[in-house]
Amino acid sequence: MAHAHNLAILRGLIKFKSNTQKIWGVLILLSIVTAVEVVLGIYKPDSLMAHVLGMKLLNWIFIILTIVKAYYITWDFMHMRDETKGLRRAVVWTAIFLILYLIFILLQEGGYVFDVYKDGYIKRDF
Amino acid sequence: MSTTVVNAEAEGKTWGGGNQPLKASYGKMMMWFFIVSDALTFSGFLAAYGFSRFKFIDSWPIADEVFTHVPFLHGQELPMIYVAFMTFILIMSSVTMVLAVDAGHNLNKAKVTLYMFLTIIGGLIFVGSQAWEWATFIKGDYGAIQTKGGNILQFVDTDGHRVALRDFAVADAHAERTAHNRDNGLWFVSEGSLPSYTVDEVYAGLEANENILVRTQIINEEGEKTVLSREESLKQIKENGTLVVEGANLHVNEYGSPLFADFFFFITGFHGFHVFSGVVINIIIFFNVILGTYERRKSYEMVEKVGLYWHFVDLVWVFVFTFFYLV
Repeated sequence: MAHAHNLAILRGLIKFKSNTQKIWGVLILLSIVTAVEVVLGIYKPDSLMAHVLGMKLLNWIFIILTIVKAYYITWDFMHMRDETKGLRRAVVWTAIFLILYLIFILLQEGGYVFDVYKDGYIKRDF
Repeated sequence: MSTTVVNAEAEGKTWGGGNQPLKASYGKMMMWFFIVSDALTFSGFLAAYGFSRFKFIDSWPIADEVFTHVPFLHGQELPMIYVAFMTFILIMSSVTMVLAVDAGHNLNKAKVTLYMFLTIIGGLIFVGSQAWEWATFIKGDYGAIQTKGGNILQFVDTDGHRVALRDFAVADAHAERTAHNRDNGLWFVSEGSLPSYTVDEVYAGLEANENILVRTQIINEEGEKTVLSREESLKQIKENGTLVVEGANLHVNEYGSPLFADFFFFITGFHGFHVFSGVVINIIIFFNVILGTYERRKSYEMVEKVGLYWHFVDLVWVFVFTFFYLV
């Protein structure tokens, strides 16, 4: 059988015996991450409201947890872990580079427009 | 066994589709590149949402106050619960999909059929939930007043709890205005349904109820919306109030900036459309599985390809969930 699956996740910390078992393992992992996000989203602890790099610490945690989830969906559900390096890099790095560039431009510009409204002569609070 | 479906004559050749450096079949690779381009489309939308949010960073609606409803639990404020449920449904249907792919590798037709069926059910539940979420959002809850400048003024009592227009507005029986339709006025113009109250009726209600205050869109340092004093409240509605807004559509939005509603409809709508088309494609493949098409082909790679698309839809939802409901 040429369907060799890489059955280790978390850099080999957890190894599964079969592919089906790995799927359930990843489901548990994704559920835990989602549960953490929901609990943080409901209670919004004050200690996580400090601003780090222009955004609340809590928001950074949400974004990082989202990327963790995206990683496991792509690597295990979409079998990226089992594809060749060439395909993996062609898909993942292309998307990541372009998306980061797009986000940088638009958010930078959004912040600038906010400043123009705030410090400039344009009035919109009436 | 090779995962390649079509490998006639291309084996061992340098050109013309032979010599696969990525060791993936044509169909699977093209699905991946389609997914890359679709991912860029979605990130374009989400980045545009981020742009508008940074532009109105001090007055953007707080998602926890917008999406608080859960079916069958009327009048309870339960932020996050319903979307968490939707997220779980979609992840679950992703799991059944990947189980179907796994069963396909083992050429187990019965199991592929079962798991494909469960995936379709999960997708339908998700689309249904999405429709309910939209309906609740469009219908609105408390109502608000829009000012000349397009800002939204909401109403709270002295404890800071939201108050609905229907709870305090004084209806004026003589001030009734008929909606302008094509059959009772100019035949080439018409207007949408009128809100339940006029601005004057809301103002009369505000004057009569001492304990009601106006809440503006501006977010203060504690991360909450600013509540005006009693005099300021009356002055704002009297001088600037132009329109009663109930619910949300593409023009007005009782929760705050109309852009929030526009992006909500556009991004979750585009995602919902992807889920819907995913369900349709899954159904087609499901019938192919039942008919034994892949059994005869001795390869369930088609299930794997639609699986990729289905997981991608889940992947996008993970990001929509974060940027619309959490951040």
